[in-house]
Amino acid sequence: MTNDILQTDIYTLAPHHRFQWEEAQQNYVILFPEGMVKLHGGAGEVIKRLDGKVSVGDVVTDLKATFPDAANIEADIIGMFELAMSKGWLRKV
Amino acid sequence: MTQASLGQSVVQKTIHVQQNNGVSASVTHTQPLWLLAEVTYRCPLHCAFCYNPTDYDKHTQNELTTEQWIQALRDARKLGALQLGISGGEPLLRDDIEDIVIEAKKLGYYSNLITSGVGLTEKRIQAFKEGGLDHIQLSMHDITEEINNFITNTKTFELKKKVAAMIKNHGYPMVLNVVIHRYNIGHMREILEMAEALGADYIELANTQYYGWSLVNRSQLMPTKEQVDEAEAITNEFRANPDNKMKIFFVVPDYFSDRPKKCMNGWGEVFMIVTANGDVLPCHSARSLPNMQFPNVRDSGLEYAWKESPAFNKYRGDSWMKEPCRSCSEKENDLGGCRCQAFLLSGDADVADPVCTKSPYRHLIDQAIEDSKNPVLVAQPIVFRNDKNSKKIIAGEFKDRVEGFHSLP
Repeated sequence: MTNDILQTDIYTLAPHHRFQWEEAQQNYVILFPEGMVKLHGGAGEVIKRLDGKVSVGDVVTDLKATFPDAANIEADIIGMFELAMSKGWLRKV
Repeated sequence: MTQASLGQSVVQKTIHVQQNNGVSASVTHTQPLWLLAEVTYRCPLHCAFCYNPTDYDKHTQNELTTEQWIQALRDARKLGALQLGISGGEPLLRDDIEDIVIEAKKLGYYSNLITSGVGLTEKRIQAFKEGGLDHIQLSMHDITEEINNFITNTKTFELKKKVAAMIKNHGYPMVLNVVIHRYNIGHMREILEMAEALGADYIELANTQYYGWSLVNRSQLMPTKEQVDEAEAITNEFRANPDNKMKIFFVVPDYFSDRPKKCMNGWGEVFMIVTANGDVLPCHSARSLPNMQFPNVRDSGLEYAWKESPAFNKYRGDSWMKEPCRSCSEKENDLGGCRCQAFLLSGDADVADPVCTKSPYRHLIDQAIEDSKNPVLVAQPIVFRNDKNSKKIIAGEFKDRVEGFHSLP
């Protein structure tokens, strides 16, 4: 099964998942039953922006503005959505 | 507590999705991610496979206070711990779990109550929900009342189904843990169907690992290799069916492997246990090792325990290894396996886990597998985990059942 990520899609954290900044580790994490994942760099920046209202396109626009020097950022962001959906961290609103 | 419920399997699951949990660092640049609070060793169940220490009865009268637990939670959180397992024994035998849950929420833990379900009432689950408990892991034993009641030595079958419904009704994810052994391994398909019917989101099929009571009952509990293979095949078939949404974790039984498990994902790497009496351990059965002084929260803080204590540093990294581990090209995969298993079976805590086919002690594992087919040994009664048997073991009884091991399991 593939998850085609569209610019108009809206995603939010899946039920029973929690996203938070970890001071001791200096990175964002997603916590869920029986597991956790550390998010490095840009991955946390993507998840941080998901409030159940913003679309994938909004996130891309926002991150491009925030990190104007990052090359090929859009592909990275879409890749992050694909990964997060395949792992079950996100659900589509 | 249930087998492997927050043990090796869970730690391994964490690490699968982490990119750079460096186990090569040979000293103390690690952070605990998981805190397991074994808040009591008292338990209404008497499971034959329990991996609590067989001499647990020594620690039922000197449990930490609520204040001491709250301090431990705060200290571990400062060190970086963020997954909290509240376990035992049966944690619900304490009446302060509500307070512990509230504190855990305040500190930002993702908290998990690991329970048999005995003692979970509407009133308590409501309080847990309001207090911010994130999930509840319920142990289940079989689809049949007969096996459930036999292996736990209690009449708890109907209760578990009621508790499962209660957990679901309160909007919790349904996380089931089923310890697999000879008596239920033939029911794998039915167990998975039952879990699906109960609405489980996750099920952990934890093949029995042999520590504590399960080591004493090893010949009685161990399934055959053929049964394990079939169970795994059924599990994979179930996973492959897109109609089944439940996530399945299959904890492999190490005795039937050629290589040991990466126990606790490495000694003192991500996992920290505080036991009922305050001992701080890198793994559940570490107290079975010889000449080790484990720190206790009554005497020193968790920061000392994790960073400075000789016990937590003893097996970090790989400089402690002997041959064949030391020069083994696969040593990073398993870090030599389990220190407790190495010592309990071989008498030397520094050797390769005897599960490894490169270990000079592999014959001990093969002998155990043979013993589990020996009708005379199999006919020995199961030593159920209860206070009376624990007292007897402390007093030196059941000699024939423990004398083959190099310390009390």
